[in-house]
Amino acid sequence: MRLVRRGGEPRVNLVRRFVRRPGRTAAEAAALLVAAVVAFPLYWMVLSAFRPAGEIESTEPRPWTLAPTLDSFRRVFGQQEFGRYFLNSVVVAVAVVIASALIAFLAATAVTRFRFRMRTTLLIMFLVAQMVPVEALTIPLFFLMRDFGQLNTLWSLILPHIAFSLPFAIWMLRGFVKAVPEALEEAAYIDGASRTRFLWQILFPLVLPGLVATSVFSFISTWNDFLFAKSFIISDISQSTLSMALLVFYKPDEPDWGGVMAASTVMTIPVLVFFVLVQRRLVSGLGGAVKD
Amino acid sequence: MVAQDTVVVERERPARATAPAPRTPRGRRPGLTPWLYLAPALVVLGGLLAYPIYQLGLISLFHYTQAQVSGGEPTSFEGLGNYRELLADEQFWQVLLATVLFAAACVVCTLAVGCALAVLLTRVRAVPRLALMLAALGAWATPAVTGSTVWLFLFDADFGPVNRVLGLGDHAWTYGRFSAFFLVLLEVVWCSFPFVMVTVYAGIRAVPSEVLEAAALDGASQWRIWRSVLAPMLRPILVVVTIQSVIWDFKVFTQIYVMTNGGGIAGQNLVLNVYAYQQAFASSQYSLGAAIGVVMLLILLAVTLVYLRLLRRQGEEL
Repeated sequence: MRLVRRGGEPRVNLVRRFVRRPGRTAAEAAALLVAAVVAFPLYWMVLSAFRPAGEIESTEPRPWTLAPTLDSFRRVFGQQEFGRYFLNSVVVAVAVVIASALIAFLAATAVTRFRFRMRTTLLIMFLVAQMVPVEALTIPLFFLMRDFGQLNTLWSLILPHIAFSLPFAIWMLRGFVKAVPEALEEAAYIDGASRTRFLWQILFPLVLPGLVATSVFSFISTWNDFLFAKSFIISDISQSTLSMALLVFYKPDEPDWGGVMAASTVMTIPVLVFFVLVQRRLVSGLGGAVKD
Repeated sequence: MVAQDTVVVERERPARATAPAPRTPRGRRPGLTPWLYLAPALVVLGGLLAYPIYQLGLISLFHYTQAQVSGGEPTSFEGLGNYRELLADEQFWQVLLATVLFAAACVVCTLAVGCALAVLLTRVRAVPRLALMLAALGAWATPAVTGSTVWLFLFDADFGPVNRVLGLGDHAWTYGRFSAFFLVLLEVVWCSFPFVMVTVYAGIRAVPSEVLEAAALDGASQWRIWRSVLAPMLRPILVVVTIQSVIWDFKVFTQIYVMTNGGGIAGQNLVLNVYAYQQAFASSQYSLGAAIGVVMLLILLAVTLVYLRLLRRQGEEL
C-alpha cells in the first residue's frame, strides 16, 4: 500500500507541476493586483484622513502625503461629541453581541440536543425569519418603540438588533452544538452533572469558537446600522451613533472630505481589528456552517 | 427518520420510568427543558419580529398619515385601498423594476467575482493568498456607511482620484441614472464579494485533490474543470451564497441612501427599501410605506420558499 503510494507521488507532483506552473506567476500577479485594488479604497480613506486640507482639495491628488496631520481628527472630535457617539455605538454593539450569543446558544442547544414536537417547524421558522427584510419593519417598530416610550434611547437600537441577529445565529450555531459528541454528554450525566451544569460548564466552552464566529455577524450588522439609528433617534442627539454622526460632515453640496474620511476611519478601525482577531475562526466556522 | 424513532421511544418511556436510563439520557424525557431553553429566543422573536410583521400588515390596510400619528384624527380602515393606490402608481412599478434589475446585476457580479477569486486563491502560494484574503476581509468588515462615503470620495468629480486617472475631467458620476447605479453597484460588489470568495474557497478546499488531478490528467481545461467538476460538487454552497446574495442585494438601503442622497435626483435611483422609507418618514404616508414593505416581504418569502425546496432536494436533514 505504502509502496504504491510512494511510487505514485512523484508522478502526481509532476502532473501538478506541469498543470500549474505555466499559469502560476500570472495567477500570483493577478492575485496581488486584485488585492491592491480591493484594499485601495481603505488605503485612500486612511490617507485622506491624515492629509492636510490643502492636499485633499487638490485637483492633482497624489497617492501619498508628505505632511501627515491630525487636523481632520481634531475637527471630528472637537466639532461634535464624537467620543460619546463612539461609546453609544460600542454599548449597542456589545449588548447585542452578548445577548444574542447567549440566547442563540440556548435555542441552538434546544433544537439540536433534544427531540420534541415542532422541532422541525421551529427550524424552518428560524430560516424564514432570517430572510425577513428588517428594513421593511422600520415603520411598525417605530410605533412600537414610541408606544413603549423607547424612542431616542439606545434600547430602540439594541432590542431590534438582538431580534434580527438571532435567527442567523441560531442557524449557524446549530452546526457547532451538533459537533459536540453525545458520548460527552452521557459521560457528564453519569458523573452526576446536572443539565444546567453540563450546559454551562461543558457545552458552552466547547461551542465558544462557534459563538465567536456568530458574533462577528451580529456585531457587524449592529455596528453598521444606519436605518434604525436614523429613524428611532430623532430628537435626542446625545443618543446618536457613529453612522449618524459621520454624515454630519457629509453635506451633498460641499462635503468636508477630510472630516468624513477621518470619521470613517474611526468607525472602520474597530471592526477591522475585530475581524482580524477572529479571522481564522470565522473562515473555519463558515466552512462548518455551510458544510452542515 | 431519526426524529420519528426517538418520538416512539419517548412514548414508551413512562411505563418504565423508574429504571435508570442506560444510554442517551438526553432526548428520552425532554419534557419542558427544550422549551425553557427556547423561551428567551421565542419571546424576543415574537415581540420584535413576528408582532411587527403583523403590525406592518395591519398598518398597510389602514389610512395612516401624520394626522393619525400625532393622535388628532381617528384611523380609518381602507381594506386594500393602499395596495390599489400603489399598483396604480407608475413610480412604484418603475422602482420595482429598478430594484429587481439592480439586485440581479449585483448578484451576478458578486458571484462571478467571488467565484473567480476563490479559484484564483487555490492556484497561488501563501503570500499572495494572504494578501488577497486580508484585503477582502477589510472590504467585508467596512461598515456600509463608511464604504459608501469612501467610494463617493474616490469618484468625486473635483477631488476624486478615479476621474484623474481615467482623465474624465469633472464628470459627476451621481448625476446620471445609470452611472449612479453603476457606482453603487461597484460599492455593493466590493463589500459583498468577500463572503462569496471565502465560502466558496473553503468549499473548494474540501474537494479531494485526486478528483481535480484526475480531471487535469484527462486534459480538461480550467474552465471545464470548474464547470463540470467543481460547480456540481459545490452546488450546496453555491445555493447558499446565491440565495444570501439575492436577499442582501434586494434590500440594499444604506448604499443607495447615502451615495445617491436619498434616492437620486427626482428619485431616479430609488429602490423599494428606500422608496418605502421615503413614503413613510419623509412624506408621512405610513400606510403606503407599509404596503411597499409587505410587497417586499412577499417577494423575499417567495425566494425563501425556493431556497427551502432546493435544500430539501439536496436532502439536508434539519
